[in-house]
Amino acid sequence: MSTYAQKKGAGAVIWDFLTTVDHKKIAILYLIAGGFFFIVGGLEAMFIRIQLAIPDNNFVSAGVYNEILTMHGTTMIFLAAMPLVFAFMNAVMPLQIGARDVAFPFLNSLGFWLFFFGGVFLNLSWFLGGAPDAGWTSYASLSLASEGHGIDFYVLGLQISGAGTLIGGINFLVTIINMRAPGMTYMRMPLFTWSTFVVSALILFAFPPLTIGLFLMMFDRMFGANFFDHTMGGNTVIWEHFFWIFGHPEVYILILPAFGIFSEIFATFSRKRLFGYSSMVFATVLIGFLGFMVWAHHMFTTGLGPIANAIFAVATMAIAVPTGIKIFNWLFTMWGGSIKFTTPMLYAIAFIPSFVAGGVTGVMLASAAADYQYHDTYFVVAHFHYVIVGGVVFGLLAGTHFYWPKMFGTMLNEFLGKISFWLFLIGFHLTFFIQHFLGLMGMPRRIFTFLPDQGFETGNLISTIGAFFMAISVIVLLINIIMTSVKNEKVGNDPWGDGRTLEWALPSPPPFYNFKQLPLVRGLDAYWLEKMEGKKGMTPAEPLGDIHMPNNSFIPFVISLGLFIAAFGAMYRAEHSWGLPVLIAGMLVTLLSMLVRSVKDDHGYHIHKEDLIDDNDKGVKA
Amino acid sequence: MKRLAKWRLLPLFAVMALLAGCGEPFLSALKPAGEVAQMQYDLMLLSTAIMVGVIVVVTIIFIIVVTRFRRKNDNEIPKQVEGSHKLEMIWTIIPILLLLILAVPTVAATFKLADVSPMEKKGEDGKTEAVVVKVRANLYWWEFEYPNEEILTSQDLVVPTDEKVYFELKASDVKHSFWIPAVGGKMDTNTENVNKFWLEFDGKASDEAGSLFYGKCAELCGPSHALMDFKVKALPRDEFDQWVAAAKAVKEPKQAETAQAQAGQEVFNNSCIGCHAVTPANSTPEQARMGPNLTDFGNRSRVAGVLEHNEENIKKWLKDPEAIKPGNKMTGKYNLSDEEIDAVTEYLMGLKVQ
Repeated sequence: MSTYAQKKGAGAVIWDFLTTVDHKKIAILYLIAGGFFFIVGGLEAMFIRIQLAIPDNNFVSAGVYNEILTMHGTTMIFLAAMPLVFAFMNAVMPLQIGARDVAFPFLNSLGFWLFFFGGVFLNLSWFLGGAPDAGWTSYASLSLASEGHGIDFYVLGLQISGAGTLIGGINFLVTIINMRAPGMTYMRMPLFTWSTFVVSALILFAFPPLTIGLFLMMFDRMFGANFFDHTMGGNTVIWEHFFWIFGHPEVYILILPAFGIFSEIFATFSRKRLFGYSSMVFATVLIGFLGFMVWAHHMFTTGLGPIANAIFAVATMAIAVPTGIKIFNWLFTMWGGSIKFTTPMLYAIAFIPSFVAGGVTGVMLASAAADYQYHDTYFVVAHFHYVIVGGVVFGLLAGTHFYWPKMFGTMLNEFLGKISFWLFLIGFHLTFFIQHFLGLMGMPRRIFTFLPDQGFETGNLISTIGAFFMAISVIVLLINIIMTSVKNEKVGNDPWGDGRTLEWALPSPPPFYNFKQLPLVRGLDAYWLEKMEGKKGMTPAEPLGDIHMPNNSFIPFVISLGLFIAAFGAMYRAEHSWGLPVLIAGMLVTLLSMLVRSVKDDHGYHIHKEDLIDDNDKGVKA
Repeated sequence: MKRLAKWRLLPLFAVMALLAGCGEPFLSALKPAGEVAQMQYDLMLLSTAIMVGVIVVVTIIFIIVVTRFRRKNDNEIPKQVEGSHKLEMIWTIIPILLLLILAVPTVAATFKLADVSPMEKKGEDGKTEAVVVKVRANLYWWEFEYPNEEILTSQDLVVPTDEKVYFELKASDVKHSFWIPAVGGKMDTNTENVNKFWLEFDGKASDEAGSLFYGKCAELCGPSHALMDFKVKALPRDEFDQWVAAAKAVKEPKQAETAQAQAGQEVFNNSCIGCHAVTPANSTPEQARMGPNLTDFGNRSRVAGVLEHNEENIKKWLKDPEAIKPGNKMTGKYNLSDEEIDAVTEYLMGLKVQ
């Protein structure tokens, strides 16, 4: 082992992360980048709430407010929630199925860098003439009318980062299908792995419509096409369809991994196997499937007619059934269990009532005729923040505390964790509960200010106060992370003491090859089974042998950088003469580096058996 | 059995108590002021009652779980339960039944709200029995055209109470959405097609709301989306007829009376009339109607949709519209001195059809 774990300088560490293809390090990259964008999106949220704290406020101007609200939504969905979800998928899923890495480590790295450059490109709009301002949905008539380059940043940035997401999804699918350890049948996979599997399939089918929509928009805005210009025979409603055929599954792409994380946490801290495992799997698959059948419920007021509205209303209501199954299964996982209230468990427990509240308003919104009242009001804002914050963000925060020791080898402080939990929970409900009523009382969403004497004052002020609670909570979390990292007290394999799945059988953090010998999986909750039989670790499924590892590579970074450069060229092509050469140069960088990757054989390297034995002083560890 | 029935209604009462009395009568969807809003409000109550029932069940189980099953000693290992088919059947089938209870009235209401057949029943003159209003949404103002009456007005929609009013909706620049919260749900004004729906304005509720409902744009349409308000004057049928007759009587621009107003009219005719008509006839093509029609401006309830209607605010608006409605299309289209603005203001205040 000594040859692999030398002390390295800062430059070497950075170079290592720029070139890594190790899923655990890529997970850390996703966590850092996603965390950064989460803070950015959070700041934008604070500006929104400050602006709306009082009527007729002029904290920000109308135009800037639209940019902030657009970037808040876009950043939170594409640049914060998605990468944070990917962070946990990368960190945990390969360990949970007993794999040494994902199926295509090179693609894994490429996926991250594409996302990262896309996200940076999008946010550079703030410094280069103004951010996109047509909402995260960027409906065509408004986004075509929008002046400046804001929407161009949106289109190109999301196109680049979306490609990264699609690559990541395909990679996870192949990994789960092909790389499960001996004995890890589909119906023994932990729920988080299952949700990763289903989500990857959703990504595979949901992102192409977005890609197409963005391409059409790109041609409309930058190359003189008229796909969405109705005066030239185009149609803006097509954009709405494209966007929501992607956009609705996207919500499930975010929430299902959170469901997965919660499933692990409930089972772990109740010391009980998941209640109704097979119905949980079934419900996950069903939610994923139905997620594609309901997009038009975002368009009830578009004027699709009563037949379409009625069909999509009933289809949408149907999703409540599998979701309800999950909620009750979680409750009955805890029933009769031995519950320990750790920070991740607190988030998981608080998630249940919060998410149920968001879910039931979802059913209310599904009622098409009534939705004509809710649509595009603060009622909708309240609803989707209840599911996305109460579901996804709670899940990500729970996952952060839960998997931190596995990712970094040290535990986040529980006391600070609980403080930030309570602040966040209180702030969350304070901010969003009242918004249901604001919406019903007639307050449309996406308004930069409201006039006095319409009954909106109190509600908005309460909401803003709540937002500050959440902001303080995130600051406490950051302090916690810094303190923990500085102290860096190392922990063992199973720091929570109740780990059930394979990842807890490995050291924290696991060695770069994960499993010295692939483990033999004998049932659901493989590690728990062994523990209950008094064993310390997994039974190996293979003799100790050479391990084949992929080489690090800088090419993914260069491929992504090329597209990043080309995007600037595409955007400024029409008004600057250097635009076209830059576009071509950027594409050349990308294509040439792809060519290098294709013609240069990279067989990776082997860790030799002898090197692994050296490290074998602790007995046979899987 | 009777007591049980009362118990079942409990969430419904709780919800009604919670929702009633929320918001302003001229603006709140919780104070329904018409058949459509009432239908939607009833659906809201039904769905909320079902949902509160679900929440109560979940909460009870939740509270039992987190209080009863805390870990007491660190060595206890609970029984590993795989699941229970019976329980799982229960929480699959009951939600399905609850959803059916909601789905049936939802579908019924959806079709009922989409029934605009009276708009198609046209007489020989191409006019309908029912009141029809063609709504055209623009950055950031509204035009209301009455094809049967062959007149149009802007910003303040005038409708008769206690009968169905049918709407044709479209946008002339970007997508907007037409919403009168107290009277009924919204519908989008698309750029490429005409959407149709109907609303009914309740006379009694209209009185309570001071005969003036607030209307909003509900689709992000640019910087001043938040300020794209309009108002609805819901009048009894005879008053509505009087208004229509008075408006139709205006064939020529109304002549200003005072000297200052006459000066204002001259300025108006030089600087403003290119976009703003002061006769209500709907004979000019849409493309030529670039600004709100000002025939009935003196009776408007608001200046620019948001400011209280008085001379001071008109002057403020004319002086620097950008400060009041950022991104509006009037900024920079004219150049008036303070005196001219005063004159135009006086002229505009005199523009009343009745």
